[in-house]
Amino acid sequence: MQNARTFTPSADKSAILWRSFRTATWLGWQIESNWADPFLFAVYSFVKPLASAGILVIMYSVITGGAFDEPIFPYIYLGNAFYIYVGAVMNGVSWAVIDDREHYKTLKYMYVAPITVPGYLLGRGVARMLIGTISVAITVLFGVIFLNLPLSITTINWPLFFVTLIIGVIMLALLGLILAGITLMIANHVWFLGEAVAGALYVFSGAIFPLEVLPAWIRPVGFVMPITYWLELIRRALVGNIAAAFPTLAQLSDLQLLGILSGMTLVFGIGALVIFRWCENWARERGMIDMVSNY
Amino acid sequence: MDFAIQTENLGRIYKLRSTKKQETRTLEALKDVNLQVNPGEVFGLLGPNGAGKTTLIKILTTLLAPTNGYARVSGFDVLKDPEQVRRRINMVSGGESSGYGLLTVRENLWMFAQFYGIPSKVANERIKTLLERVGLVDRMNTKSSELSTGLRQKMNIVRGFLTDPDVLFLDEPTLGLDVGASREVRTFIRQWVENDPSRTLLLTTHYMVEADELCDRVAIINKGQVLACDTPAQLKHRLQKDVIFKLDVSPLNGMDLHELEDLRGVNNLTRTQLEGGTRLQLLLEDDSILGAVVNKLTSHNVQIQNLEKREPTLEDVFVDLVGRSMEEVESGSNAH
Ligand SMILES: Nc1ncnc2c1ncn2[C@@H]1O[C@H](COP(=O)(O)OP(=O)(O)OP(=O)(O)O)[C@@H](O)[C@H]1O
Ligand SMILES: [Mg+2]
Repeated sequence: MQNARTFTPSADKSAILWRSFRTATWLGWQIESNWADPFLFAVYSFVKPLASAGILVIMYSVITGGAFDEPIFPYIYLGNAFYIYVGAVMNGVSWAVIDDREHYKTLKYMYVAPITVPGYLLGRGVARMLIGTISVAITVLFGVIFLNLPLSITTINWPLFFVTLIIGVIMLALLGLILAGITLMIANHVWFLGEAVAGALYVFSGAIFPLEVLPAWIRPVGFVMPITYWLELIRRALVGNIAAAFPTLAQLSDLQLLGILSGMTLVFGIGALVIFRWCENWARERGMIDMVSNY
Repeated sequence: MDFAIQTENLGRIYKLRSTKKQETRTLEALKDVNLQVNPGEVFGLLGPNGAGKTTLIKILTTLLAPTNGYARVSGFDVLKDPEQVRRRINMVSGGESSGYGLLTVRENLWMFAQFYGIPSKVANERIKTLLERVGLVDRMNTKSSELSTGLRQKMNIVRGFLTDPDVLFLDEPTLGLDVGASREVRTFIRQWVENDPSRTLLLTTHYMVEADELCDRVAIINKGQVLACDTPAQLKHRLQKDVIFKLDVSPLNGMDLHELEDLRGVNNLTRTQLEGGTRLQLLLEDDSILGAVVNKLTSHNVQIQNLEKREPTLEDVFVDLVGRSMEEVESGSNAH
């Protein structure tokens, strides 16, 4: 039998946040790496992104008559490759709500535990983010090797690339938290919510064509989305001369863009936490935290 | 001293979405619940299906907001201070197989200990001890998906005790367990509370025996209302001050039963004719009267073939309070 209390768990907020995040990361990795079928794992992380890149390349080739030397090709190809992160990270964070509530029936135990639920969900998303990283890397590598993507280790602005990547992942994770909150309020399976949102934002974020292609009245949607600035910075870091060929954000310096991205991440981040808290209360009032749809 | 659990006029109304758009029906799952549970108590909520037991546990564990009144656990308001409450509680529901099937029993438990901030070393020791106690230690490294439902439930019960909460909530802990396992769990619960008087345990059940054997106090709850709340002994005592004896005896040989009725302390006597004998039900003021009754019978050469003391059960108490047995209530509520 356990004896009297031998220690007191830390009640410090940052300690709680850290242990929620760390343990959830461990759990997420156990789940994601536990593919009963390694074949499925390969399909999910390599074949699927390569197939979608392949379709894009074929469509591009048909439409442009094989103009792979035009700057628009690396623009599209890289935008599409890095857009994989949008679905992977946003879904990774919000998916845990469904997974724990419906499948493992543990969400209520997580809520009863002294954890920070946003910290927990962000941790659960880490594994998906890493798998997403593999998909992105494979897709880019494929482009460099087989499609002459003008990417070279010496011309890449590595510091800008890593800073952008890290801020971007944080930004996407926080957007995922909003999705998680919405998921909490919906009783039925909404496994496609993350993909659906990612798909909807695809068009407005300059992922596969510059915003100038869109009618002027709809462009503001792109300009209020941090994803737009993030993708621009990624392109500038990887293929600076190509990015310069498109006018959308040309008047802004790298530093200005980084400032905008960081500022937006901060604003969206605070917003996401507020929204998540609000959704949580909504769910608690309606008894949905441990709701199992059973259908 | 602070109560471990305290509710005041606690109420919960569910909005039900009806298929017809016009009306939204509501369901009052809890109504004016006032409970005070002391530290060190094993407190039982006894009631039929749909009584509101789980709803009450969900409110007390911060999973569900009340629509009326308030509740405190370990001195903290469940609505205003959920973080404080969560640091001091844990909860297990029976009759469901929750947990991460891809993790082993040990990993599942270790992970939850991490969420509670318990150092790995302490956690691993506790896990081993607790698994030994429930006879699951040889399955420690089995994936929990490979456990039977009952064993999985045992793992979950261990998860509840593992974090050594001030207040532990168990929702139907023995639901679906076999007789032996249920008994083990009950013994364990008692010992856990007795080992440290600051621990409190609230459990729900619809087994009369469980409430009677295990709980220091029991609240009988039906249709969201607490009908009575007291020790099992007091609940039964309130119903019936006297003791009931059932005696099967050989033919009376013309003995006049008035001789028994006239004994001091015999409050009532009923007789039923049996094959080859008679059944007497005696209502006695207390146990000591029985000696005189037996003497009187043997002096007339009447042999006692069977003697049974029947005390009022919680079932009798429930019938007294609700007017129907729990079984009848449940089959009635299933019918709609
Ligand atoms: N989320 C919900 N929405 C609507 N009604 C609900 C909800 N949860 C419970 N109820 C209703 O509230 C009442 C009380 O339910 P509760 O689960 O608390 O009962 P219980 O005493 O735990 O029953 P059981 O012994 O079957 O577990 C029931 O009539 C139930 O149908
Ligand atoms: Mg219940």
